[in-house]
Amino acid sequence: MTRARSIIWTRLVLIAGAIGLIELLCRLGIIKPLTIIAPSQMAFELARMIASGELAAPAAYTFMEVGTAFAVSVVAGGALGALVHAQPRLRRALDPLLASWYAVPFFVFYPLLVALFGLNALPLIAIGVIFAAPAMMLSTLAGLDRVPPVMRKVARVHRLSRVQEVRLITLPSAAPHLFTGLKLAFTYSFIGIIAGEFILSGGGLGYGIAYAYESFENRKMYALMLFVLLIATGVNGALHVWDGRLARRWGRT
Amino acid sequence: MMRLFDAAAVVAAILVIWLGLYAYAGDSAITPPLRTFAYAAELLSRASFWNHVGATMAAFAMALAISAIGGVALGLVLGMRRFAGEVTEPILSSFYTIPKVTLYPVMLLIFGLGMSAKVAFGVIHGIIPVMLFTIAGVKNIEPVLLRTARVLRLSPAQTALSVLAPAVTPEIITGLRVGFALTLLGVLIGEMFASQRGLGFLIINGIEVHDVRMMTTVTLIVVVFAVAANSLMLALDRHAHRFA
Repeated sequence: MTRARSIIWTRLVLIAGAIGLIELLCRLGIIKPLTIIAPSQMAFELARMIASGELAAPAAYTFMEVGTAFAVSVVAGGALGALVHAQPRLRRALDPLLASWYAVPFFVFYPLLVALFGLNALPLIAIGVIFAAPAMMLSTLAGLDRVPPVMRKVARVHRLSRVQEVRLITLPSAAPHLFTGLKLAFTYSFIGIIAGEFILSGGGLGYGIAYAYESFENRKMYALMLFVLLIATGVNGALHVWDGRLARRWGRT
Repeated sequence: MMRLFDAAAVVAAILVIWLGLYAYAGDSAITPPLRTFAYAAELLSRASFWNHVGATMAAFAMALAISAIGGVALGLVLGMRRFAGEVTEPILSSFYTIPKVTLYPVMLLIFGLGMSAKVAFGVIHGIIPVMLFTIAGVKNIEPVLLRTARVLRLSPAQTALSVLAPAVTPEIITGLRVGFALTLLGVLIGEMFASQRGLGFLIINGIEVHDVRMMTTVTLIVVVFAVAANSLMLALDRHAHRFA
């Protein structure tokens, strides 16, 4: 067994062991069902909710919001990144703002956004964008910084047009950072939107969890949490694997 | 001079956006800058407000202490034991990406309403980045440093103190900076749901009783505090990285 494999197996055993332990403690009644329900029950309840179609509406609502926020963040963040990169003075001025961006607890703005946009999907998408776009912007800046000057000269020597230069030189060189930006943009829009729904909203998965909690429906609450957990880790894992493949293809490992 | 001008321009732009939001949404959503500053000054001179600040700071200090000490200690251990580190790192980073707000009910069910839930909520937000940065710091130590320690026959304690600690300090400071911001976020969110005291409570209460002035002003105070603390730590961070 190679080292990489034994690491993966140990990890799986560790996770399975932790889940098994919680299961055991719940079944033995050491952890009260009012606190945490057994993981198998969470999975059963989730399967039931999927089968009965109960999950479809809130999940679709949340995915729509996350998808919109993600798309807006990637486009706006990328464009702003490129724009600011071309303006060194603007960049220097914005630097302190960007550096402390993630120190600001943005959820405190959420009520304000509700007052601005009304109680619908817009404030949630807005908070997703506020959260995610700067990450994309910072990654774009980092990516553009990493384009080797010699490659720009190559573009000039070959008399490439602007479009060709971007397609053949800039994008491939900046790609690893842009990809990190995509990953962060997804994570942050997902976190921002679920949290927003949880705090103050009328629909979606986050709202479902808060509602189930307030009406003491522990089974439903844990099933929804499990779903959110699976989505977040699933998408993240997929992006991670994809990133690894791209890295191998571009030979930067 | 030019930089000062640029900084002033950024501040002015923020104020213009603020005024624009006020012009668009009006009194029912946000108070304009001058009135907010005036009310902030008034709040800051009230003893009852400092009670709320004290409640937040007590929970925040405790959560930060746990995140910092626990995160650095666990990070050092996981960084030195390569195998354990590689097994746990992806688990930690995927935990970092889940929306932890959803875990809030679990925290409440386990810890009950009050101080300990707030602290726990701050810790689950803050401890992971501290751990991840510390692990990365230990992993990226130049092997020659450790070999030198071995050649000089330093004891493990001496190695930790005189080789490891100085080498990973810059990374740990970065981790603490990120952890600081996230711990504050966690504590504030905690207060928004399950507390009768603290700044998070003042904000959510301001919304519920339509005290827009209170909501905007406390939001401003929290943001100013977070940005000021972050700038301070960023300066420290850059200083440490320069001399590493």
